[in-house]
Amino acid sequence: MIAIIDYGAGNIFSVKNALDMLGIESVLTKDRKLIESSDAIILPGVGAFPWAMNQLKKGGLADTLKHEATKKPFLGICLGMQLLFDKGYEFEECGGLGLIPGKVDRIDEPGLTIPHMGWNKLEYNIKNCPLFDGLPGNDYVYFVHSFKAYCDNDDRNLVAYCEYGGKVPAMVWDGKFVYGAQFHPEKSGKIGLKILQNFSKLIM
Amino acid sequence: MLAKRIIPCLDVRDGHVVKGVNFEGVKDVGDPVDFAYEYNIQGADELVFYDITASHEGRGAMLDVVRNTAKKVFIPLTVGGGIKTIDDFRDTLRAGADKVSVNSQAVQNPELISKAADIFGSQCVVVGIDAKKVSDGKWTVYINGGRIDYKLDLIEWVKQIEKLGAGEICLNSIDTDGVRGGYDIEMLNAVCDAVKIPVIASGGCGKLEDFAEAFKKTNCSAALAASLFHFKELTVNEVKSYLIKQGIPVRDVTNNLSPRLF
Repeated sequence: MIAIIDYGAGNIFSVKNALDMLGIESVLTKDRKLIESSDAIILPGVGAFPWAMNQLKKGGLADTLKHEATKKPFLGICLGMQLLFDKGYEFEECGGLGLIPGKVDRIDEPGLTIPHMGWNKLEYNIKNCPLFDGLPGNDYVYFVHSFKAYCDNDDRNLVAYCEYGGKVPAMVWDGKFVYGAQFHPEKSGKIGLKILQNFSKLIM
Repeated sequence: MLAKRIIPCLDVRDGHVVKGVNFEGVKDVGDPVDFAYEYNIQGADELVFYDITASHEGRGAMLDVVRNTAKKVFIPLTVGGGIKTIDDFRDTLRAGADKVSVNSQAVQNPELISKAADIFGSQCVVVGIDAKKVSDGKWTVYINGGRIDYKLDLIEWVKQIEKLGAGEICLNSIDTDGVRGGYDIEMLNAVCDAVKIPVIASGGCGKLEDFAEAFKKTNCSAALAASLFHFKELTVNEVKSYLIKQGIPVRDVTNNLSPRLF
């Protein structure tokens, strides 16, 4: 059973709908016991970094997530991916979950349409990420965001990026349990569903 | 590279897709969920449901349509038409829409944009605009489905929309809408130059070349079409194949429709 963290952010039903369609059992929850007993965790989210961290700190949810991320597959999506990093700079400096070394800051290139909204092509930086197993190549996924991540160590953590006024991290991985997708797999057609299915296969 | 988006739009009344010109001879032609599924298979990058219902019951039917579509179609879904309040936003997003489009209500009550952006995030706030040319380089914004000239300058309005926190603009030209002679290139350029947020071209598309023209001559992010797809004159796939030959970046789905994926 996958716990989809429900902390009041965004359209979390989309993630649930996608997992339902794939026949993968999941539950929307912020209950710490349920999260601890789950087989894997998805942290979705749209909204602002400081607001989301605040929500997660309530009732010790952030600590539970940090602890569980060392034991079971964990996927952050969009803002959920950005929260994996050490720090964010949306409105103000704000500490993140610190699961992937790096920071999150505004996409700021002259002449660039912001937000980065739409389908962009995945460029692969690390080849053996299990979430990308069986993708056909020329893989487009759906993005919508105005901030992007900066990994401290691309060679270690940056699995895939796309080009939008420079490299925009699309998928990060700590090499163990923690994955982060800047794009929305639940809104990326068959490619996205395949990525979610791959994630569910990590459950031991 | 970011792909240019092709967005089919479906008019929905009382939970059914309708086709018709100017509300006359409007015919019920089927289940929106089936249409959405078909467009998704064809490679649509997003879908727009435009609710032309006036009644309260019809709005409930629309939410059911959104709910059922969101269970079968995994691409972004925008719902517009009749959105008046923050509660309308919330209900529509909770039903499974990714974006909500506001038009006349935003003109009359611009605060709706900023409030919705603060609560739900800019990414889900689309502002639809119907505009018409008054003189060279000058357009005004119309409300009530393009029936009433609000005498509001288009360029001032789009700058205000961006400041209020809208995530995207869907720009419909009253001059080209229904004429099928191509999108309004001049107006699109004026708006794209004025804002940083993505602009969707709407109104006037009648053939393959019109899509290419919009993407080659303007900085628009997406092109929306309704009747062209409704009447099956073109499929989304045909449009994309043509655009690829024209060197325009689009999301090609021909390679990932393979059953091997699952």
